[in-house]
Amino acid sequence: MTATHELPTNVNQTSEGAQELTSAGVVAAGERLRELGAVLRLSENDALLAEREQVSDDETMIINMGPQHPSTHGVLRLMLELQGETVLRCKPIIGYLHTGMERTGEELTYLQGPTNVTRMDYAAPLFTELAFSLTVEKLLDIEVPERAIWIRMLMTEMNRISSHLLFMATNGMDLGAVSMMLYGWREREEALRFLQEVTGLRMNHNYIRPGGVAADLPDGWRDGVLRLLDMLPPRLAEYDTLMNQQPIWRERLQGVGAITAEECLALGVTGPMLRSTGYDWDLRRDMPYLAFDQIEFDVVVGSYGDCFDRYAIRLAEIHESMKIVRQCLEKMPKGDYRIQDKKVTPPPRARIDESMEALIHHFKIFTEGFKVPEGEAYVAIESPRGELGCYIVSDGSSKPYRMHVRAPSFVNLQSLPHLMQGSLVADAVAIISSVDPILGEVDR
Amino acid sequence: MTDVDAQDGEVDTPTEIAPETLFGTLLTRSHEQLVLHPTREEYAGLLATLQADGYHSIIDLCGVDYLTNFSRELPPGITPERFEVVVNLINHREHARLRLRVQIPESDPVLPTAFGLYAGSEAMERETFDMFGIVFDGHPDLTRILMPEDWIGHPLRKDYDIGRIPVQFKGAPANR
Repeated sequence: MTATHELPTNVNQTSEGAQELTSAGVVAAGERLRELGAVLRLSENDALLAEREQVSDDETMIINMGPQHPSTHGVLRLMLELQGETVLRCKPIIGYLHTGMERTGEELTYLQGPTNVTRMDYAAPLFTELAFSLTVEKLLDIEVPERAIWIRMLMTEMNRISSHLLFMATNGMDLGAVSMMLYGWREREEALRFLQEVTGLRMNHNYIRPGGVAADLPDGWRDGVLRLLDMLPPRLAEYDTLMNQQPIWRERLQGVGAITAEECLALGVTGPMLRSTGYDWDLRRDMPYLAFDQIEFDVVVGSYGDCFDRYAIRLAEIHESMKIVRQCLEKMPKGDYRIQDKKVTPPPRARIDESMEALIHHFKIFTEGFKVPEGEAYVAIESPRGELGCYIVSDGSSKPYRMHVRAPSFVNLQSLPHLMQGSLVADAVAIISSVDPILGEVDR
Repeated sequence: MTDVDAQDGEVDTPTEIAPETLFGTLLTRSHEQLVLHPTREEYAGLLATLQADGYHSIIDLCGVDYLTNFSRELPPGITPERFEVVVNLINHREHARLRLRVQIPESDPVLPTAFGLYAGSEAMERETFDMFGIVFDGHPDLTRILMPEDWIGHPLRKDYDIGRIPVQFKGAPANR
């Protein structure tokens, strides 16, 4: 983009220039190809033809949706090119929540790391902690105790339930089903109450740490789980009556924002979005981590890849997560909740009072941290939004040399321009909602 | 995968251990994960081969700045450079993952884009450009993605001074 005239100073200072959607008249064939042809495999020639066919500039209008818009789930900004009510092109502009967490991660020790990463996906914080911890454990080459593995599974599945319930709420809100919003929040609060009982916090738990978990399950945790497991099924049946059997709901979602499996794979889209196309892929089953290979559950797939399938899959996944939680309840082994490796784990509190060495050891671990051997590793888990990966490069010190998180929302957002093409503005809201992006994770 | 097994069989000769290769590229293992080390010239061709072999999805692409850590282990024949681009690919059919590590020299931080083969690399390459200043040749829209357009510098570079960032809103006085 070349500036042809001098902008006023205040505009110049706040201008974001080329990040924006350029008007259709000046879009080069290359960018046209990116918007139209990336997934559909248009040849450059076809893209040029499409460019000639396009409507003239005075019939279209470019509008901003967001960053302050209730349906954009935070600070997502979309530039939409509209012809009447129809979306011709769309470009998501992100970065409004960027706080340099990957850089911060390089300044924190491995023990402090989970406090940082837990703030990425704030609707499912335990998953980022888990991915980070699994990667550090791989670099350290340690195995956490059985009980820690099962506690991690129990807690992440509870978190998946709460995350999907949040989706139910926001999806309802975006589509005007305000009662659904209230129900979703209400049930999520119950799930969060359990997480709070165990971790002490409703969100940003810092519970899963390299070497195990921060604390053992408290007394009476079984009652907490059972209360939730008893409470949810009738409530979910209520959702089913309220939503699935409601013609307006179906009309708003069915056939809207459809995507195929090929397009998902080409764009790197994972999670419920990929499964909604009928592609049978779930890391928990296909590349099991923790002890998911010892658990019976179904991978729910859709068939049309539209907004309704994405909604229905998440509703069904709550049921599957409840199945997993029930099995965790039955199979929860006894034992230690963190590894008894003196290098990684601080001494128990009682020892500090009686032993000088334990005190020094405790102090060293919390100030200097533990050293991780040189190397690099990537570990991926299935978060409620898709494949969540963590790539850590260690230089042998007690802080990561490079910590990168592969955020599913960041990648899934790439599908928006494709999903929105030719849809109505009102459907755009449904589409953003069905992608379920968490902007904290997108911008990191 | 058969390629690896064949190589494993040949490594019997104790005098000179031939470096492992997969798809004609040097292969190492890091914690049981397969890592390929293509050169910049091999990179585009290797991606095409891998895609034809079933690695249909790009999972991740990120940069690493090795400015202060040149001692890392690399297979013989690969010169360590300042930057590295790390690409994660997945093969859904064989449930396999591959990681590519490409060395990028500081003097000429350019890599051909993967966009033509993997449309999903679009945002990831923009992020890597934004954070490290690595240019992806042929990328249709290589602009900053997370930082503001007029930002100076690439924040994840090791020589980027994190201590002294001027206040973003230029009218406001700095608090130092």
